Amino acid sequence: MNDFAHLLDRLAYEPRRNAKLRMLQDFFSRTPDPERGYALGAMTGTLNFREAKPALIRGLVEERIDPVLFRLSHNYVGDLAETTALIWPSTPLPPPSAGDGGPRRRAGEGQRDDAGHEARRDSSGTVVPLSRPGLSSPAEGGGNAHAGLGHNNPPPPSLAEVVETLSTIPKRELPRHLAEWLDALDETGRWALLKLVTGNLRVGVSARLAKTAVGALGGHEADAVEEVWHGLTPPFETLFAWVEGRAERPETLNPAPFRPPMLSHPIEEEADLEKLEAGAFSAEWKWDGIRVQLVGGRDRAGVQVAKVYSRTGEDITGAFPDLAEAITFTGTLDGELLILRERRVQSFNVLQQRLNRKAVTGKLLEEFPAHVRAYDLLTLDGDDLRAEPFEARRAQLEALVTRLDHARIDISPVVPFADWEALTAARADPASVGAGEDADAIEGVMLKRRNSPYLPGRPKGPWWKWKREPHIVDAVMMYAQRGHGKRSSFYSDYTFGVWRQAPEGGDELVPVGKAYHGFTDAELAKLDRYVRNNTTKRFGPVREVTHGHEAGLVLEIAFEGVQRSTRHKSGVAMRFPRVSRIRWDKPSAEADRIDVLERILARGEREIASGATLTETDA
Amino acid sequence: MPTRASDLLTLTREGLYCPLGGFHVDPTWPVERALITHGHADHARAGHGHVLATPETLRIMAVRYGEDFCRQRQEARLGEALRVGDVTVRYAPAGHVLGSAQIAIERDGVRVVVSGDYKRAPDPTCLPFEVVPCDVFITEATFGLPVFTHPDTRDEVRKLMASVALFPERAHIVGAYALGKAQRVMALLREEGWDRPIHLHGAMEKLTELYKREGIPLGDTPKVVAADRKDLHGAIVICPPSAMQDLWSRKFPDPVTCFASGWMRVRARARQKGVELPLVISDHSDWPDLCRTIRDTGAGEVWVTHGQEDALVHWCGTQGIKAKPLHLLGYGDDGEAEPAPADAAEPEVAA
Repeated sequence: MNDFAHLLDRLAYEPRRNAKLRMLQDFFSRTPDPERGYALGAMTGTLNFREAKPALIRGLVEERIDPVLFRLSHNYVGDLAETTALIWPSTPLPPPSAGDGGPRRRAGEGQRDDAGHEARRDSSGTVVPLSRPGLSSPAEGGGNAHAGLGHNNPPPPSLAEVVETLSTIPKRELPRHLAEWLDALDETGRWALLKLVTGNLRVGVSARLAKTAVGALGGHEADAVEEVWHGLTPPFETLFAWVEGRAERPETLNPAPFRPPMLSHPIEEEADLEKLEAGAFSAEWKWDGIRVQLVGGRDRAGVQVAKVYSRTGEDITGAFPDLAEAITFTGTLDGELLILRERRVQSFNVLQQRLNRKAVTGKLLEEFPAHVRAYDLLTLDGDDLRAEPFEARRAQLEALVTRLDHARIDISPVVPFADWEALTAARADPASVGAGEDADAIEGVMLKRRNSPYLPGRPKGPWWKWKREPHIVDAVMMYAQRGHGKRSSFYSDYTFGVWRQAPEGGDELVPVGKAYHGFTDAELAKLDRYVRNNTTKRFGPVREVTHGHEAGLVLEIAFEGVQRSTRHKSGVAMRFPRVSRIRWDKPSAEADRIDVLERILARGEREIASGATLTETDA
Repeated sequence: MPTRASDLLTLTREGLYCPLGGFHVDPTWPVERALITHGHADHARAGHGHVLATPETLRIMAVRYGEDFCRQRQEARLGEALRVGDVTVRYAPAGHVLGSAQIAIERDGVRVVVSGDYKRAPDPTCLPFEVVPCDVFITEATFGLPVFTHPDTRDEVRKLMASVALFPERAHIVGAYALGKAQRVMALLREEGWDRPIHLHGAMEKLTELYKREGIPLGDTPKVVAADRKDLHGAIVICPPSAMQDLWSRKFPDPVTCFASGWMRVRARARQKGVELPLVISDHSDWPDLCRTIRDTGAGEVWVTHGQEDALVHWCGTQGIKAKPLHLLGYGDDGEAEPAPADAAEPEVAA
C-alpha cells in the first residue's frame, strides 16, 4: 500500500486536473489487480469496512512514545493521523527486557554511517529508533543495538490485505493489525493507512476523475465506465479486464443502473442565438434545483428496485425515501429535484435545507417534500429510448407521467415561443408566460433541439442553457490570496466587501464573499500588480489590500443568489460570485451597501418564513 | 579555582561569548573578535574586527559580502589547536554546508563544543560531522521534535526525477537555499544519474561557482536566461525559495513547484507555501540524530540554542542529562528566506 499512499500524497498536492489524471492513469496501468481495484474503491468511496476511532490510534501511539513529546509534536503538526504517521517508530517494539546499547539506527535507512559515507543498511533490523524515550528502560526506549538482530520486519501490507482484513476481523483484533501495519509501512504509507481507516481519505480526486482515468486505459470515455459502474464492486477486476480489452463488457446485474446524463452548453450572448434556428428547438424553464435520475426496475425475484441518483451517479436514494416511493415504473427518468409546497416550487435556499442532512426525519420529509420535475426519459420497460429524437422521447415521457399520476412527479412544461425575441421576453419575465408563482425558482431557459438523441456528456449543439441575468453588486477588494497551479504566483482569489453601518458608528466594509474567476489573463496580471502595489498587511499567503473610503478597488460582482450564513461575519453568503467587471474608475466610497444583499435574501426567504411579510425591492 | 563551563562560554546581547578567550561565536552584531561556524547569513555577518573561520567559510563570506567583510581574517585548519586569549580552540567538521565547523573551546581539561548547525546524514558537498567528546555540548534544535526523521535523500531526488519523467513537458522549479542546499541538490541529482543541465536562478550563480572552485563536481549549471524560460520543458531549475512564487517563475512552461527543505515533512507547511512536490532534504539533524549526537559526545550538560528547544530539553531530562534552552535570538533564517512581515505567524527558517 506504500505505492498507493505515494499516489495519494502526490495527488493531494496537485491542483491541476490533467496532471491528476496522468498520475491516476500511470498508477492504474502499472499496478496489478486487485490492488488497483481497491485503490479505485478507496477513491470512489465504495469500500466497506470497520473504521477506527481516533482514540484507538492515540492509544497505540501512547504505548510507544513519551506522552510529553507526543503532545508537543501533535501541537506542532496539528493533525492526529499525520503526527502519528511521522512519530511512529519504524521498527516493532523490542522485548521490554532489552538493555541499553551502542549507536542507534533505524531500519531501512542507509546514510547513517558515522563517517558520513553512503551505507544503506541491510535488513538486519539492528535498529532501534530514538523516538521512543521514556519507556521502561533507562535509555531512549529500551533498545539494544543488537536486540533486534534476526528480527525481520514483515513486508508492508498491500492495500488489498488491509481492506480484506478490515472487512472480516472482529473489532477487538483491530488494534493489533493496525499496529503491525504501521510497523511495516513507511511514513507516507502510515499516513494513508490512518486516513483510510478513520474514514478521512480526502484526496482531491472526484469519483468521476478516477473513472475517467480507468476508462482512458482502454480509450473509453468516463461515461462508458459509468454505464457499467453500478453493478460492480471493489476490486473491480471485470472492469479493468474490459477496459484493457481482455474481456467482454461486464454485464450489470443492477436492475436499476445509473446512466450518465446529457448536459448543455451555456449561451453567453444573445448574439449566439442568431446562429440557431428557432424552429428547430423546444424550450423549457431552467429550474433552480438539483439534477437527478430516477430509475426503477425489477430484480430477478421480481421485486421492484428504486434508485435516486445525483448527476454524478451518486446513489442518494437513502436521503429521498419520499421520491423512491414514487418510482413504481420500470425505466429511467431525468429531471430536476425541487421542493414543492402547496404545488409551488420553492427557491434553492429552501432545497438546501433538505440537502446534506445526515438524518432523514419524518419532520424533514414533511417540511421539505421532494418532487421531481421530469424532462426526459432514457429507458422505459426495457427499451432504450436514448437514440430516439427528443420529441419522441418527450411524447413517451408525457404519457408516462400522466399514467403515473403521482403527486411527487410532474412534467417540466414546454415554453411556447415563435421566435428568439419572444423567448428573450419570456426569459426576462417568466411569470408573463405562464410560470406564475414559480417564477422565482426559474433561473433561465433550456433549449433542446427537437431531433436530438440523448447523448451522455456535454455534446456541443443539441442542448443549450440560457440563464437569467445574474444579480450584480459593486464591492471593494479587501484581501487577496495566491491561486493554485498555473496561478500559484498570482494573487487571483479576492475577498471583497460592501459597506455597512459599524457598531461604533460610521461606515465600515464587511467581507461578503470571495471570487476567483470572471477575468481574463491580461486582467489578472493587472489585478495581481494592483495587489502587490497596494498591500497593507500580510497573513501567510493572504495579503490585505488598501480598502477604505479614500482608496480601494471596486469589483463588480455577479452572483446567482444570497443565503444566510453563520460562517460569514456579514451573515450572508453569495452563490457563484464572480468578477464581472473591474471598476478601476469607481471610487470605493460609492460601492454598494449590504442592504442590497439583504433585500435579495429577504425575497428568497419569504418562502421559508411563510406568512411573514417583508418589504421587497428588486436589487 | 578550577575552570567552569561558564568561564568558557556565556551569553551576551551579541550572542555566545568566551570571557577567557575574549571572543564571540557567531555573533549577531558586529564585534571585535568573532569565531564563525559556517557561512549562512544568520551565523556569519559582515562588519566584525577579526574573524577566525575555516578557509572555505572565509571564502564564502568574501563572495557574499565582498573582500572587506572584516578588518582582519584568520584561517582555522580543521583539527588544529589554536591559542586564543587564555583558551585553546579547535575546529571540527559539522557536516552542515561546505566549510561548516563545530568549535571546541578548552582550558584545564574542561571542554565546551559549540556545534553551530550540523547534520549526520551524508552530504557529497561537505565533510562529514565528527563527534568531539566534551563536557558541555551546545546544540541547535531546528528539527527538535520526534516527528522529524528525515528520509533518505536519494529517494527524494528520485521522486523529483520520476516527476520529470511523468511530466516531461513541464519545468520543475526547485526552491533551495542558495548556500549549501542548492549545491547539495545538484550533487545528489548527479549521483542519481541526472546528466542534463541543471538550470540556475541568477542568485545561485556565485556560490555555485565557488563550490566548483572548491573541487565539488556539479556538472553543467547554466544560468537561466530570461528569454529562454518558456522553452525549458522538462528542465530542472533551482532557485531561492523567495523566487518560487515570484514573477520570475511564471514564464516557465506549466511549472511544478518543488521545495527542498526539512520542513516539507509536515504537510500543512508544504501546502501553505503552495508546494506541489515537497522534497524532504535537510541540512540539519533530525530528531534521532540530535539525540544520538548528544549521547555520542558524552556531554553531562547540553545547552539548546535555537529551534524546538522544549522537546529536546525534556528528552535530555529523561536521559539524566542536564539541559537548558538558551533562547538565542536571530538564528534560524539562514538569511535567505523571504523577509518575514511583522505580522507573519512564524519566521521562515532555512532547513
